[in-house]
Amino acid sequence: MSDTGNPNVSDRISLIVRDYPILPLVILLFMLIAALEVMRPGIVNERWMANTIKFAIPLAMLAACQTLTMLTGGIDLSAGVAATVTAFVMATQVSILGTPGAILIALVPAILIGLVNGFGIGICRVHPLIMTLGTGLIATGCLQVYQRFVIATGSSVPDILSWLGTGLTGGVPNALLLFLPFAALLIWGQRRTGFGRLLYAMGDNERAARLAGVRGWQVYLALYALSGLVAGVTGLLYVGLIKAPSLSLVAPLMLPSVAAAVIGGTSIFGGRGGYAGTVLGALILTVLGTMLTLLQMPEGARRILFGAIILAVTAIYLRLTRDS
Amino acid sequence: MTFLRRHGWIGGLLALLGLLLVATRLIQPNFGASGLESLGRSALPFALATAAQAVVVIAGGVDLSIASMMAVASVTAAVMMAAGVDTALVVPAVLCLGLVMGAINGALIVLTRVPDIVVTLAMLFVWEGVALLILNAPGGRADPALRSLIIGGVTLPGLPEAWTIWFPKGVVVLALVIAVIWVPLRRSKLGLSIYAVGSDPLAAFRSGVAIGPTRVAAYALAGLFAAIGGLALTMSTGIGEPIPGPYLLASVAAVVLGGVVLGGGRGGLLGPIIAVFILRLVRLDLTLLAVDPNVTTIIEGTIMVVVVMMGGLLAAKGRR
Repeated sequence: MSDTGNPNVSDRISLIVRDYPILPLVILLFMLIAALEVMRPGIVNERWMANTIKFAIPLAMLAACQTLTMLTGGIDLSAGVAATVTAFVMATQVSILGTPGAILIALVPAILIGLVNGFGIGICRVHPLIMTLGTGLIATGCLQVYQRFVIATGSSVPDILSWLGTGLTGGVPNALLLFLPFAALLIWGQRRTGFGRLLYAMGDNERAARLAGVRGWQVYLALYALSGLVAGVTGLLYVGLIKAPSLSLVAPLMLPSVAAAVIGGTSIFGGRGGYAGTVLGALILTVLGTMLTLLQMPEGARRILFGAIILAVTAIYLRLTRDS
Repeated sequence: MTFLRRHGWIGGLLALLGLLLVATRLIQPNFGASGLESLGRSALPFALATAAQAVVVIAGGVDLSIASMMAVASVTAAVMMAAGVDTALVVPAVLCLGLVMGAINGALIVLTRVPDIVVTLAMLFVWEGVALLILNAPGGRADPALRSLIIGGVTLPGLPEAWTIWFPKGVVVLALVIAVIWVPLRRSKLGLSIYAVGSDPLAAFRSGVAIGPTRVAAYALAGLFAAIGGLALTMSTGIGEPIPGPYLLASVAAVVLGGVVLGGGRGGLLGPIIAVFILRLVRLDLTLLAVDPNVTTIIEGTIMVVVVMMGGLLAAKGRR
């Protein structure tokens, strides 16, 4: 890169952005927080921050499913249902099996959903969008039938989960205890482990990866099972936050989780992006949600703004980071 | 033989539809004109949503915002009719609205170069918001004259009523819509371009097809079908409903079952529409058999997943 004395400013910016793709997202996040402070002076305090982080964490975790699958050019639309299934099964089994047993048994269906996804996508070569939509549909039906059988048992959320979901220790959300190691593991794993690099390789050029000796179906099977597991853990955390298990518990997070991954710079066609951006995307969406609530606009106008902002942020971000 | 190979999928679907109709008759011996009528009426919005999705998928995209656009069309029609606007004005206005909404989707995809899944995901929220702004809760009304278009069976002057009454008007409306909009279009240059762009954008570009405008046109067409679907919804329920129905999942399922390949360039509208009727009939049969409606959801999902998995395996075998 030779400096010609009169460097084009926009070229400079795009170079910096390409080297540090997280930077614009951090700037956007702080701009949103500043705008919030201007709108309602005094709102940005310790309590608000703890609350925002508390609600951003389940979104960021569910968005991890989208990020991981998008790296291979897929998507996991069954993640929301898998999370709901885990939360609901856990809440209804606690009184029978005790907390650890209920948590373990509740994660089984989530992993099962993931394995079926992996089987369909990796071995039968079904488009991930269709496969995960279908398994989500089946799982929803199964959950409704399951509800019939446990309608008498009632449901409860164990203390440990509500402590994790809602509790604060010295003003810091306890959920960070789960989330920080999780995020660190993902960010480390995506670049530094063989499996993480396989995801990028498969997403970038599946045929090349196959020719290089990668067994695609094994990667897909492991990936979607992992995605199911992550979704299940998200469900456990989220039910601790909301404390009211229902059949549509995590459904409102489903589409925003895709949006968080996309805003965070993960390409839906695979091979590009990472989890760090997704975490920022989830924070941005949560702050944005607070902002739209504060504006006291009708519900319709809020949804329009939400959609428009997702689109605008993605379009600008793509333009900034596109290599050309 | 080539005819069979080319239309094998549709033939299979038709056979399945026939079998299901016979099964329905066996399960419910007095299943007749009224059963067919309600089937035709309830399938109409699903069929139109599927037609909309099919056009976009053929062009190589996917539209997640179809259900929201239907909601916008439905509330607009209901509010206009409740305000006493002449029905002859309402229908073209809603159709234009659909075209415009679809064109906006398409233009955003082409201009921003953001993947279509993301754009239509964002527009899903936008159109949902628009529908809520127009009408906050279910309301408005539908012109009875318009409603009678899809309620009941066909009566033709000169023929005894018993001959034609079993044929539901909803199906006639659907056939007319498809015949007027899709059939001429498919034969036209634009239709060919849509298939070309879906099949291989680069090859289409090098053969002189204007890719951007073609994709905008495909999305606009989807908006048009979605608007007719929303209108059909208002016609069959008599009110406008601002909350989008379950049409997104259903439309994708029917499109795939109907033999349209996700990724574009292959398939037509007939297969997906037959698939809609198959899925509705399966649901009806299971209801008649007094199966728990939740189990019905499981069965529907399983059918969809198994069919696409078989399709995928067959395609993989063919490639080898």
